Amino acid sequence: MSSKHEKDIDDVTGTDTTGHSWDGIKELNNPLPRWWLWTFYITIIWGIAYTVAYPAWPLVSSATSGLLGYSTRAEVAEDIARFEEANGEILAQLASADLETLDQNPELMRFASSAGGAVFRNNCSQCHGSGAAGAVGYPNLLDDDWLWGGDFESIAYTVRHGIRNEEDWDARYSQMTAFDEILSNEEIDAVVNHVLAISGQEHDAMLAATGSELFLNNCAACHGDAGMGDRNLGAPNLTDAIWLYGGDAATLETTIRYARFGVMPPWGSRLSEAEINAVTAYVHQLGGGE
Amino acid sequence: MNDTPNSPVKGFLSKHAILERSPTLLLVSSLVVVAIGGLVEIVPLFYLENTIEKVEGVRPYSPLELAGRDVYVREGCYVCHSQMIRPMRDEVERYGHYSLAAESMYDHPFQWGSKRTGPDLARVGGKYSDAWHLDHLSAPRSVVPESIMPGYAYLLDSYINADHVADLVATHRIVGVPYTEEMIEVAAADVLAQVDPDTDAYDDLLERYPGAQIRNFDGRPGVSEMDALIAYLQMLGTTVDFSTFTPDASR
Repeated sequence: MSSKHEKDIDDVTGTDTTGHSWDGIKELNNPLPRWWLWTFYITIIWGIAYTVAYPAWPLVSSATSGLLGYSTRAEVAEDIARFEEANGEILAQLASADLETLDQNPELMRFASSAGGAVFRNNCSQCHGSGAAGAVGYPNLLDDDWLWGGDFESIAYTVRHGIRNEEDWDARYSQMTAFDEILSNEEIDAVVNHVLAISGQEHDAMLAATGSELFLNNCAACHGDAGMGDRNLGAPNLTDAIWLYGGDAATLETTIRYARFGVMPPWGSRLSEAEINAVTAYVHQLGGGE
Repeated sequence: MNDTPNSPVKGFLSKHAILERSPTLLLVSSLVVVAIGGLVEIVPLFYLENTIEKVEGVRPYSPLELAGRDVYVREGCYVCHSQMIRPMRDEVERYGHYSLAAESMYDHPFQWGSKRTGPDLARVGGKYSDAWHLDHLSAPRSVVPESIMPGYAYLLDSYINADHVADLVATHRIVGVPYTEEMIEVAAADVLAQVDPDTDAYDDLLERYPGAQIRNFDGRPGVSEMDALIAYLQMLGTTVDFSTFTPDASR
């Protein structure tokens, strides 16, 4: 405490006491170590200096903004601008690049596919899978079976506008009919067998023959007479072994009865031109690009 | 006590014995000290101009979204998902524009969260299709094989009681969300209207809650908790148009 009070040395320990005593028990005066005390004082000074340098004290209508002029928003804007500037040239090149001839510029191609990979993993992988192999209802992007086209232009259009969404008026659009109330149960069964037949699966030949005619009348407008599909309408090829929702009889029946309506959001408003080109190049080089 | 006060400071300090000997007085005094700290930190946030930012587009939740938000809170989504994009480049690159305080002004309580086991959801609205949300909420690993999120398929079988939602809206008004009498009156009808784009209430609903998405979110009849939750998720972070928003750097 203070040196003003008279020294009262405790007999047993030889230490000065604080002068406090309770029922004859005296409190020893063991002062804090100097280093600790000074560290404590320094933190106080640091604290005051900090509030002067950075935004801190609330005043009447605003708070002090600090001598260093720090702001979180300015810092993040600066940080983003720094990277934009560093990548500015190559991003501008990419934004205006002709994707068809991208592979003639190895540096830009490398940049595009790694940037595109990052865009894909962040935005696309949730539906199409982190390896782009898709899931039930979400197309596999590794194969060469495309619903809406697999050349650069078609992929970029799909990315930019999406499919059957409400946000983008230019979204790719088509709607399958739900045949639940149009065809009878027998007729639906026949169409299922026809689709099983053209896709090379086990089927009932009698039913498939009936189904063939029903297919021509109801399905061929979009899927084509032979069931080869139509990319202008996003109508899948029904003759191969690649199925978006499943090619077994039960799934085909559900599809025919209730139809499918796969939606992809538009990315034109979320991604920059360079990012769209990058992810297009990335998807194109996954294996199925045309 | 053998202290002899011989200076004013010394005299004042020596009075600590009074505090030390009266527990009640000590308790009250420590409360006063802590309260001063609290007041200095909290009160200015309510009046300082540079802590309050009015942002165009932010609106109260529609009744269905509000019901979905309740499901979100009940299921503890906030335990693994944050709704707070921090002002850092990596976060902005991944999730979009950093969150503004105004965007959670109608949240009671806010869902900023404190831990990201899953990704941030502050701008998840519109990022995925309704069908994806349905698949993912029902069986997360059917679309994201590496996910560790639990499934919530039972939300499909649990239906929203529209009358309770009206009470919910009224309750939120008590805590300061500017719902009007009319909004509370038609809240139950608005719940039903938001899952059916073919009703007459379409335009009125949009007028009350601009930008609300109106469709059958889970693709099934009835208003399930799944409908409500997807409606809520699909509007998260979509109310502010960042193409017209200029951030004020001093905030």
